[in-house]
Amino acid sequence: MEFILNNKKVRYDGDPSRRLLDVLRDDFDMTEQKEGCREGECGACAVLLNKKSINSCITAIGSLEGQEVMTLEGYRETKQYKVLEEAFAKAGAVQCGFCIPGMIMAAESLLSENPNPSEADIREGIAGNLCRCTGYNMIIEGIQMAAKEGKGLW
Amino acid sequence: MISKSITKKDHAEKMSGMAKYLADYRYKDMLHAKIVRSQKAHARILNIELPVMKEGYGIVDAFDVPINKIKVIKAEQPVFAEGEVKFIGEAILMIVGPDKELVEQYAADVTITYEELPAVLKLEDSVISCVRYEFEHGAVKELFDKAYRIREEIFTTGYQEQAYIEPQGAIGLYENEKITMIGSLQCPYYVKSAIEYAMEEAPDKVQVIQSTTGGAFGGKEDYPSLLGCFVAAAAKKFKKPVRLLYDRREDMAVTTKRHPARFVYRTALDENNEILAMDIDARLDGGAYEGLSSVVLQRCLLALTGVYKIPAIHVIGQVMETNTVPNGAFRGFGAPQSFFAIEMLMTHLAKEAGVLVLDYKKKYMVKQGDDTLTKGNFRYPVILPEMIAEAEKLSHYSEKAAQYQHQQGRYKKGIGMSVFLHGCGFTGSAEKDHIKSVLKLVKYEDDTVEILASNTDMGQGLKTTFAKIAAQVLSIPVENIRIANPDTDRVPNSGPTVASRSIMVVGKLIERAAEKLRDNYKKGEYQEIIEHYVHSEMIPWDISTFSGDAYPTYSWGVNVVETEVDTLLGQAKLLGVWGIFDVGTAIDETIMKGQMEGGMLQGLGYGSCEKMENAGGAIKQASMTDYIIPTAKDTIPFVTKMMENPYEGGPFGAKGAGELTIIGAAPAYAAAVECAIGKEVTAIPVTQEKILSLL
Ligand code: FES
Ligand code: FES
Repeated sequence: MEFILNNKKVRYDGDPSRRLLDVLRDDFDMTEQKEGCREGECGACAVLLNKKSINSCITAIGSLEGQEVMTLEGYRETKQYKVLEEAFAKAGAVQCGFCIPGMIMAAESLLSENPNPSEADIREGIAGNLCRCTGYNMIIEGIQMAAKEGKGLW
Repeated sequence: MISKSITKKDHAEKMSGMAKYLADYRYKDMLHAKIVRSQKAHARILNIELPVMKEGYGIVDAFDVPINKIKVIKAEQPVFAEGEVKFIGEAILMIVGPDKELVEQYAADVTITYEELPAVLKLEDSVISCVRYEFEHGAVKELFDKAYRIREEIFTTGYQEQAYIEPQGAIGLYENEKITMIGSLQCPYYVKSAIEYAMEEAPDKVQVIQSTTGGAFGGKEDYPSLLGCFVAAAAKKFKKPVRLLYDRREDMAVTTKRHPARFVYRTALDENNEILAMDIDARLDGGAYEGLSSVVLQRCLLALTGVYKIPAIHVIGQVMETNTVPNGAFRGFGAPQSFFAIEMLMTHLAKEAGVLVLDYKKKYMVKQGDDTLTKGNFRYPVILPEMIAEAEKLSHYSEKAAQYQHQQGRYKKGIGMSVFLHGCGFTGSAEKDHIKSVLKLVKYEDDTVEILASNTDMGQGLKTTFAKIAAQVLSIPVENIRIANPDTDRVPNSGPTVASRSIMVVGKLIERAAEKLRDNYKKGEYQEIIEHYVHSEMIPWDISTFSGDAYPTYSWGVNVVETEVDTLLGQAKLLGVWGIFDVGTAIDETIMKGQMEGGMLQGLGYGSCEKMENAGGAIKQASMTDYIIPTAKDTIPFVTKMMENPYEGGPFGAKGAGELTIIGAAPAYAAAVECAIGKEVTAIPVTQEKILSLL
């Protein structure tokens, strides 16, 4: 099968029932997305599928024929990422960092759909991403700042 | 000016996903490991039947560990159970081999026959304690004899799971007859010494390296020593890299948690409702092995009277043995349990006396120069009155508390305040007697300076705060300070990353080393400074009588929580959360804000939704689905504030900060719910079901 990974067409010929997370980490050596639970509960494994954040640990690779997958490895090359990176630094949004790749995906997914999210929209947008370190508020501030600084990008 | 925030040292690598956590390490020919565990709470192992395995697969068990004990404080818990198992989840053996799925299959196919033995599954049912302390200060019996009345109240607190988002794991390597362990951990030298002990290896044959750690909160303080022994034995036996990664369910079922606790407070009061004395029985559920429980209990006991001066106390504190998963370190380390109890008790005593809760608390609140409950001294300024005034200003606590007295209707509001402290650093004389920290500072020819310490950054920002201390003293840019994840082959033992000690104790060594370097600075030359811990004498600590100064100084906090309870459904909604903290000086404001925000939400979880139980000896909520930690939707913006109160013993006036922030939220939340529903709360977590049952 073929799918688009970080804007490039790639082939995968293995077992179609494997989890996208395992394929990315083990076959493509993209360890940016993390495994926190393997049950769709924590969001650490989130990637963008056709621009929307999904949990790659509960997504079978076989369902992705022709679809567009973006991981942090691809996303970090974008202007939007740069804005998020700076905003997260200013807000102090990153502690242990383990939830962060997933948070970035959730933030991008949210902002691409709603460039001016309210605080409640942001809470909703990252509700599937658990963070045990920050208490979320500084991450939310980071996303708010990014939305402001990155006006026009999303 | 040190407090002004900078971008964290590790921001870019963590943001971009380039930081390497344990599961991201790759080795050629790496083997996978899976542990076979006890399914019985207490049993004799009669027989172990292994499946037929392909070439290249095999087991590791007690026979592969020369001294089959994990060295924590004592060396008591076996690495692999031999003959007898004492809790569900105890490791019996480990399957090792090249294909992860096959390894898991073989592990599932091991058949173990047991002969069941009687098991104690609940704290209330346990009559055997593995640790016991008793102490008395003041004429407690006499005061009880002459008391006008005696009030007895029981408080209980549940388990709390650290729930770091990165599960635990370790990798073992064996090359040139040397064991290397790479792990997600807080205390590299703890693990190193545990491996040396169990594997009977010389110090130069064991190396421990921290991988970037995805949260720890105490959960990676003691447990990685066990993981280290597992992979060390496996790597040595198979002569190949061996990786052991726990999945989330395994992690939640078998790793250490916050001790459930039960307190019986007997308070002797006079006819004016003045407290004469307290007689307290405190019990922690230690689980099947002692581990760190003795030191957790010490901190728990030292917090029993909170921030209050009680004229006389008698305490019996015990760690009870049960056939359940051993409990261990978790941010706060025994204190969150006690603070819940004492804060609720003071609230209830005030209500009975017909006095405003805050007025009653203020009457007993300690001041600078007062004795601690162990006849130590609060020798530094205590700014609680100013902190409470600030909390009042921001939250209008007293005004609202009065307003919420008589409410009608389905939705009722409530507000609660907690006042608390945290003893900074190790309890007692451990820094002087056991830890004896050593720190190294190296200046290279290019004039960059490297900090060599065994303390780890697990998200709390240590790389940044350590670097800021050195940079500030040396007046050089923070970019010129290097600090890497510790590797015991490179860093001296500056002690573990625990007890809110890193900045205050090790940061002080950095400050002093940097001053020496600054005063003897040779441009373009290699220079090395080694700095040792220096103890400043106080009232010597005596563990046998629980007397003297247990801590060099204290950090302080005031939390206010406001809630609205739907009395039909039992749901409590947060309306406001305020946190005022005195941590001396913050080395970085934003990092400190992160500690306040994150710590308080963990504390709120502890007090409200984080319910974990033991059913028949097994953890019932062993997944992220069943164990509920707060999400972004469960919380609201917090108001946080630091109040400066520099401490001469810490670098730039800094005191301990990391643990303090978790302590006050649960009692403030419980008090808020109590205020709303008008029913006494004596147990946490105060879940929705709990509220319904109270109504
Ligand atoms: S690892 Fe996929 S949601 Fe947790
Ligand atoms: S920063 Fe540690 S889990 Fe979010």
